[in-house]
Amino acid sequence: MSITYLEAICEAQAKLLRDDERVFIYGQDVGGTFGGAFKATKGLAKEFPGRVLNTPISEDAIVGTAIGAAMQGMRPIVEMQFADFSSIALNQILNNAGTHYWRTNVPVPITVRLPSGGTKGSGPFHSQSMESIYAHYPGLIVMTPATVEDAYTMLIEAVAIDDPVVYCEHKYLYYHLKADKLPTEGLPTGKARIAREGRDLTIVTYSAMLHEALAVAEQLAREGFEIEVVDLRSVKPLDTDSVLASVARTGRLLCVGESFPWGGATAEIVARVAAEGFHLLDAAPQRLNAKDTPIPYHPNLWSAHRPNAKEIARKTRALLRE
Amino acid sequence: MLQTAQRTAKSKTKKATPASLRETAVGRAAPPHERFVEAFRWMLLARTLEEKLVSLYRGGLITGGVYIGKGQEAVSVACGLFLQKSDIFAPLIRDQAGRSAFGEPLLDVTRTYLGSRLGPMRGRDGNIHRGHPRKNELAMISHLGAMVSVTAGALMAKRFKGEKNFVGLACIGEGGMQTGSFHEGMNIAAVEQVPLVVVATNNHYAYSTPNDREFACHDLVDRAIGYGFEGYSLDGTDLGACLDVIAGAVKRARAGRPPQLVVASVLRLSGHGEHDDASYVTQEMKRQPFARDCLKVAEQMIIDLKLVDPETLAAWRKEAVAQIDEAIAAAQKEPTPEGDKEDWCALSTRALIDFVE
Repeated sequence: MSITYLEAICEAQAKLLRDDERVFIYGQDVGGTFGGAFKATKGLAKEFPGRVLNTPISEDAIVGTAIGAAMQGMRPIVEMQFADFSSIALNQILNNAGTHYWRTNVPVPITVRLPSGGTKGSGPFHSQSMESIYAHYPGLIVMTPATVEDAYTMLIEAVAIDDPVVYCEHKYLYYHLKADKLPTEGLPTGKARIAREGRDLTIVTYSAMLHEALAVAEQLAREGFEIEVVDLRSVKPLDTDSVLASVARTGRLLCVGESFPWGGATAEIVARVAAEGFHLLDAAPQRLNAKDTPIPYHPNLWSAHRPNAKEIARKTRALLRE
Repeated sequence: MLQTAQRTAKSKTKKATPASLRETAVGRAAPPHERFVEAFRWMLLARTLEEKLVSLYRGGLITGGVYIGKGQEAVSVACGLFLQKSDIFAPLIRDQAGRSAFGEPLLDVTRTYLGSRLGPMRGRDGNIHRGHPRKNELAMISHLGAMVSVTAGALMAKRFKGEKNFVGLACIGEGGMQTGSFHEGMNIAAVEQVPLVVVATNNHYAYSTPNDREFACHDLVDRAIGYGFEGYSLDGTDLGACLDVIAGAVKRARAGRPPQLVVASVLRLSGHGEHDDASYVTQEMKRQPFARDCLKVAEQMIIDLKLVDPETLAAWRKEAVAQIDEAIAAAQKEPTPEGDKEDWCALSTRALIDFVE
């Protein structure tokens, strides 16, 4: 048997609906026989009648409704059709869900699933990675699973957490990534994973970029370099200790993220390592992000806009020479 | 398809009903509504409290802003009065009367305004941005319209849990009615057919902007049909009308009718906040029928109908002042929050705090 990243997300939701009567799924086209724009809820409406509900195209109200339901003891899972459209719900996520526990002492356990990141031909409005925006605001947990196993266990954990969770699932990984079976447990949220051990340079990354980084590590291994790859798993909380420990082993740091270059998760990692692990570094820490333009439609442009294995390899080689 | 109806409150005619027709056996007239006098007392408490808050603000004892509901107490009190403790109430900035009628202790108000560490918001949020979500009084955010869908979601949860006979009431102004969030919230509430009442108070100004720059429809209540709500309009200066119409809306929502929209017309008898002298309110506007002071109108009716004798009225006033003074004095004695002792943690799951030195 083999299971894809997308199927793992669907299976996790089925398990959650089965095990916890407080759970319901709320989003555009998630219900009926359709099962979502990407089929992440396929079959669930039939198996769990009345608990997998189609909504109007009203991202603000979808999240607002989930917040109200969560205050009253439910565990709603919101599916945004695309991460990009969660911009319409920013107010509810950032200002309502994110502030609520701090203001009132009552946490808001919502999980907002964001089908994130670029795929060929998707263009400026169906390709965005929003994790850095959500991580910037207080009161939210931001998950960025990069493996089938994490997609499964982290979604289950997201719903169990009493605070609002933004769960960034990568669309490129939906079909490209397969595992033999689903795990019964995973690493806890907030704990990074060493995806590949090495001693010459650390690449810190998350989500789809993990696989680009691993490809580069494989390629450079043939040239005699041992690249360590750290999969953050969640960008907030950010496992600074694991990153520093890796940099202590390698002395060199490259951070790779798919979102836009100004600020964001990669900048945060570099800032933390510079502040807390400056003495560990043998060269200036580097980062690589997408270009500072809207995400292009044409595959030729799109593949050059995002950090790809070729660009990561170039940047890694340059840093190894420092 | 939803059955939607749109009516104008009949109660407008009710205030013209001669008192003599409502005489009771004991020689006193029947009130325009059975809870008229009780509602008036909450209005009186709210007005007295807010006048006191204004003087504290002017004296420099309140940091931030003071936002009062002067002129809107009749609508507001009706919003809180007909809800049970298990119902959901989402008040907005001018709803002191409704909050009190719903059960908010005076101490919550004074603690929040005066920044006590012991209040519901513990100095983390101030003035009207307060609530008790566990007691079903939602804590508004400043982004208008956002609480409509939140209220709808709370009602969905109650339905999921199998509760019965519950209702939710969300307050909004004509300003907030123009936000995208409000439109989305109204639509989703109707799609979900939750027992929701939305009470919109048109106080004729969004901060300084008059109605003609806020919306272009003939009457805001006309939107009810578009949303799939039942719509009612009323004179918000007439307490009897407010009680009749809002009680009716709450009753219908509770009974499973479609969501209810009530649009009340008043004039805001204050600035947007106390920092605002409201010099933009025209003389012509102040002469409009909806510019009457609802508290004075209600009090006059109490006197005219001899519902309460003047001595009792005076005693109530005194009692309100005493209660308020006590709540202010108590809050003033309490500790204020301190930056170096604050628990700077925005998550309830402490293991997941992202700590940066």
